[in-house]
Amino acid sequence: MENEVKLTTGAMVTFAIAVSALVVLPYIQVRGVEAPEGLKPYTSAELRGRASYIANGCMYCHSQQPRSESFAPADAKRGWGRASVPGDYMYDRPHLLGSMRTGPDLFNIGVRQPSKDWQLGHLFQPRAYVPGSIMPSYPYLFDVKDEADPGEEVVNLPPGHVPEGKVVVPTPEALDLVKYLQSLKRNYPILPPQPREAEGAKTSSAPMAAQPSSAS
Amino acid sequence: MDSALLSLLAAFLLSILGLFAFIWSLRKGLLVENVKAASAIFVKGEIGQVDDPALRPAAQASLQAAAMEPGDAAHVPDAQEVEERLAADRSSAFPVFMFIAFGCMWLLFGGIAGLTASLKLHWPDWLVSEAWMTFGRMRTMHLTAVLYGWITNVELGIIIWLMPRLLRRPLMGPMWIMLGGALVNTAIASGIGAIGAGWTDGLEYLEMPWQIGIFFAVGMVCIIVPVMYTLINRKVESLYVTTWYHTAGLLWITMLFIVGKLPGVHFGVQQAGMNWWYGHNVLGLWFTPVAVGAIYYFLPKIIARPVRSYNLSILGFWTLAFFYAQVGGHHLVGGPVPGWLVTLSIVQSMMMIIPVLAFTINMALTMKGRMRLALYSPTLRFVMFGGFMYMLSSLQGSFEALRSVQQVAHFTHFTVAHAHLGAYGFVTMVLFGAIYFMMPRILHYEWPFPKLISWHFWLASIGVMIYFVFLTYGGWLQGLAMLDPARPFMDSVAVTLPWLQWRSVGGGLMVASHLIFVGHFLAMVLRFGPNRAGAALFSTQARAMEVVHGE
Repeated sequence: MENEVKLTTGAMVTFAIAVSALVVLPYIQVRGVEAPEGLKPYTSAELRGRASYIANGCMYCHSQQPRSESFAPADAKRGWGRASVPGDYMYDRPHLLGSMRTGPDLFNIGVRQPSKDWQLGHLFQPRAYVPGSIMPSYPYLFDVKDEADPGEEVVNLPPGHVPEGKVVVPTPEALDLVKYLQSLKRNYPILPPQPREAEGAKTSSAPMAAQPSSAS
Repeated sequence: MDSALLSLLAAFLLSILGLFAFIWSLRKGLLVENVKAASAIFVKGEIGQVDDPALRPAAQASLQAAAMEPGDAAHVPDAQEVEERLAADRSSAFPVFMFIAFGCMWLLFGGIAGLTASLKLHWPDWLVSEAWMTFGRMRTMHLTAVLYGWITNVELGIIIWLMPRLLRRPLMGPMWIMLGGALVNTAIASGIGAIGAGWTDGLEYLEMPWQIGIFFAVGMVCIIVPVMYTLINRKVESLYVTTWYHTAGLLWITMLFIVGKLPGVHFGVQQAGMNWWYGHNVLGLWFTPVAVGAIYYFLPKIIARPVRSYNLSILGFWTLAFFYAQVGGHHLVGGPVPGWLVTLSIVQSMMMIIPVLAFTINMALTMKGRMRLALYSPTLRFVMFGGFMYMLSSLQGSFEALRSVQQVAHFTHFTVAHAHLGAYGFVTMVLFGAIYFMMPRILHYEWPFPKLISWHFWLASIGVMIYFVFLTYGGWLQGLAMLDPARPFMDSVAVTLPWLQWRSVGGGLMVASHLIFVGHFLAMVLRFGPNRAGAALFSTQARAMEVVHGE
């Protein structure tokens, strides 16, 4: 009998230690953090767009966590913004920090690329804007038809990407998704005391480089 | 609390715990070798009798001849104990078969989904017309199918098969286990469907919506209860190391899943911390312990020699339990999480070298002078390959956790390659070996085409090596390009392209090996091919043969 008691208790104790360290302590530490003043909750259209971002798995190729200048200087230089802090994510359920950068970080895509036309066209055909991009195209977020119905918008695409005599009309889902992307602007000031003192993780106040002409 | 103080406190507690563990092990005499416990997988007189059910009698005989060592000839396995083992096998045959069959189905599906996702990374305009085909969903269906569908099902099968064998009593409550298996697979199928339809919880490794997750959790509980009940009513005195790993693994995955899925609790960066605590623990506290436990059974069983050191294996268990559970935070290096969390995880990642070395030394000593046996037994080859990849991927993982390495490797395909080395090179290869061993015992039927086992092995191992080597290299280039502010971001995409294509080649070989494997499995189940061992599931003749061969 002793064996299985030892086994079960031991396994549960090590497990409990890990839960305390990696789940409960961060919970306690982050619970008190408040959203920075400049950060606004998402609107309902932006939340719908966010849901579409999640449903289509954008976070598997795009992170939302610029690293600090001391740790990875290129992040700020590319216009991805200052290193993020816990407060930036107060309205994020679920979190979308991401773990891959097959494509660029999107934490501040709304600053870097505010153009709705660019975003819509880029979703329809990324290679029309970024040669060599390996992002999938999303034709199912658009209707290709002879002419737009009243009240519908038409996507302005570079020539050669729309079938002859047709127009590309975004679905409401595409419009919401672009609204979400445009809302990703974390260029407001943040208060200094943040729980991240690890070496190479200092927050920086790099000015955001606005580069409306390039998505990288 | 100040993080410096916190880390000091943690280091202090850790040392105290280590000290107590050391004192306790001295008191218990754990530092004295325990040959009896290491031999628990054999019946009386069985040591020296090789056992690879996937081999034909002639091949088995040549393996036996190669494995002969002085002093072997005199023993005859105890018939009573062999009978008990047959009874144990009979009690678990049906549930185990169910888990393996489900696993094979998901392997086929998951592999093809993975290959499709891989191809899409270099053919970005291929299969884009429907939402369910898009990369983000295809990749996630692949992940759910192979992680939950393939690995989890087959690991459950291995646990259920080995428990009665090692505890020397028939399985209790097999119907509950079947019910649990049905619920788990309902959850997996619905989860994959939900992801395809765009309904997901959006957390890596935890995509399955929590409403569906309830089925998974309830299913796991239905499996755990009879297993624990069998454990309490066992006939053996002390537990073999495999049972330690397997019981703990079952408890861990269930707790992990429930904590990870708690709806409405986690948010923001805390959720990210939880996410990676879960993400790494699925590997560390579920895939790894069950696969390592399986190696500790199958490898010595095939070569008919007990593992060299039972105590080393137990040391490996406890250090894995303690260190592995806390390594998840290294996925957030450079991210907006408390620095102490990342540091803690990096330290524990390095500490993982202890259980890995304990395992490696133990296996190396067990296999010393017996490596050539792999030439005779494809099953052994799978298990040895898996064991070797465990060492490799774990050591790589320990160093990969360091900040200096992460600086480059984080956010790149380097990590993806590492994940596949672990989940495929190590875990999946061990599962293949285990299935080749178990199935003839479950169905009382031989693998109809032994040549296919070799084909499977070479395609899978060469495939995963191509995948790993090329993608690792491409990922590193990607990381260097991304870290260099002077280079445009698109450089980091362009440098990966040839290696992404090589990844598809490796993935193609792996999928081809799955087709062979699942085809072979079906041929066995449907009784195609030459009939050698007698067809009936419970034919007495088939059993008689096993008794003669000392099983």
